[in-house]
Amino acid sequence: MRYLLRRLGFYLITAWAAITINFLIPRLMPGDPVDLMVARMNGQIDPDAIAAMKRAFGLTGGSLWSQYWTYLGNLAHGELGRSITMYPTEVSSVIGGALPWTLGLVGIATIISYVIGTGLGVVAAWRRGTWLDSILPATTFLQAVPYFWVALALVMVFGVTLSWLPVSGAYSLDVEPGFTGDFLGSMAYHAILPAITIVVASIADRVMGMRNVMVTTLGEDYVTMAEAKGLTSRRVMWAYAARNAILPNITSFTLSLGFVVGGSVLTEIVFSYPGIGSVLLKAVENEDFPLMQGIFLIISLAVLAANFLADLCYVALDPRTRQEA
Amino acid sequence: MPRSPKIIAGGVILVFFILLALVGPVLVDGDPTKTTDVGLAGPSAAHWLGTTQSGQDVLAQVVYGARVSLGVGLLSALIATVLSIVVGLIGGYAGGVVDEVLSLLTNIFLVLPALPLVIVLAGYLPSRGVTSVAAVIAVTGWAWGARVLRAQTLTLRGRDYVQAAKASGERAWRIIFAEILPVEFPVIATSFLATVLAAILAEAGLSFLGLANLSTVSWGTMLYFAQNNQALLVGAWWWFIPPGLCIALIGAGLGLLNFGIDEIANPRLRTVLPKRRKRFGAGR
Repeated sequence: MRYLLRRLGFYLITAWAAITINFLIPRLMPGDPVDLMVARMNGQIDPDAIAAMKRAFGLTGGSLWSQYWTYLGNLAHGELGRSITMYPTEVSSVIGGALPWTLGLVGIATIISYVIGTGLGVVAAWRRGTWLDSILPATTFLQAVPYFWVALALVMVFGVTLSWLPVSGAYSLDVEPGFTGDFLGSMAYHAILPAITIVVASIADRVMGMRNVMVTTLGEDYVTMAEAKGLTSRRVMWAYAARNAILPNITSFTLSLGFVVGGSVLTEIVFSYPGIGSVLLKAVENEDFPLMQGIFLIISLAVLAANFLADLCYVALDPRTRQEA
Repeated sequence: MPRSPKIIAGGVILVFFILLALVGPVLVDGDPTKTTDVGLAGPSAAHWLGTTQSGQDVLAQVVYGARVSLGVGLLSALIATVLSIVVGLIGGYAGGVVDEVLSLLTNIFLVLPALPLVIVLAGYLPSRGVTSVAAVIAVTGWAWGARVLRAQTLTLRGRDYVQAAKASGERAWRIIFAEILPVEFPVIATSFLATVLAAILAEAGLSFLGLANLSTVSWGTMLYFAQNNQALLVGAWWWFIPPGLCIALIGAGLGLLNFGIDEIANPRLRTVLPKRRKRFGAGR
């Protein structure tokens, strides 16, 4: 319990840090964001809009300290300002419409990648010294491949050349959105290529991470002991070695989550998937700073929440963290 | 020093790309931004890697792009490594409240997703030159190195030679930077290599979003223009495959090099089969 509380405390502090960074960025970066935007629009903007933008940034005058409290107060009410591109839509509702798509796609793809990658890592460590070692150079290549480049290549091969799978959107336009079999089927069909992209681009980290920990675990005395007792290979591999190697692997997985999310966001853009990534692109193209910052904040909080979930798994797997001190 | 094939392969790949960036532009004649009227032509004798929509030579772009992509990667990793050395060594050596605060800062930056933060920071940049983009990427890239170096410093702090230096009255900053720092060089090298890759990927991501200086040619901006000019729909694979392939190859080179260094440090990771396990594997 103490372990979980400590982690929870850390995530709360980190969430506060993300919120504060979000507040400070427009104030610390050189130049006033509003002036910057007015300049980029060549002055073709009416004074009302400038005032609205200043309000959106919380640049309402007063000391930095009072601005900070106003900002925290707004945030507590779920207010992230208004989008400039889709004025006067609230940033929170723009993000709210896109978030479920991203959570569903990235969540499922990450779980698939984790399960397959970890399994492959276990097998690769167990059979090290065989032909399986030849996958090592391939994993260093896959570890470095940009997500959006994998997406482009898959679109090219399976979408354009072979025309097997749809390459844009989250469902086809001729089905009515709703909880019908047709709609869900179309959704799954459209998610195949983006999901494969995320799995392909993120799996190498899981394979290598698990293999390296597992190789170290295989040298432990209790594994030798289990072998000596004549337990079946499968039992030694999964119940003795992998069971213990999975703990550091979960830690490295949580640390890589931010990277996976960043890559997935870019993947969505290639597939015009209606998630956070596509909204982010729109925000970037239109210099919509409130929207960009809202997205940064939401993604950060989502990653923190995912980290906490991973910690819960850790506690479930490792009895030592459950001991009361 | 043991010579593993991984270190050699990784080194060869990296040297190739460094040479490509340094002398490539001399060998490949042609301006990467010069437009011609042979747009979207496939690879041919005149254009080995084909041309873009506006008739620019893809090979020339790849070669010139190497300069920007590698330049941003190296510069950014340099800044990030200096940051991580300062934070990691001072925190690890000082201990107490200083260490608590620096560790917390490190862990926060480790957990926060880097790319969205880089995107927001880059969005606010008044001008997006190579240096400012590198600096922004470095802000988010130092935490991993700092964490590893802190752990290393913690174990070194208690060593006899450090204690001796302390007892002989050396100043703290001298112990940190003249006694401890040189010993940690291999760790710094591996974390530097990993940071270079992360920075190259971040630069590619930023450019792909259109958040870099789009008038300079980098591998990221090539991918941006390929995506935005529907290179996929017309099947112009020669336009977007090479830049991404270069990034992944550099990544493979850096990864292999790091593998090699890791295996020297941790012999168990070596793929050479120990006798005991071979017999066991055969009997299965």
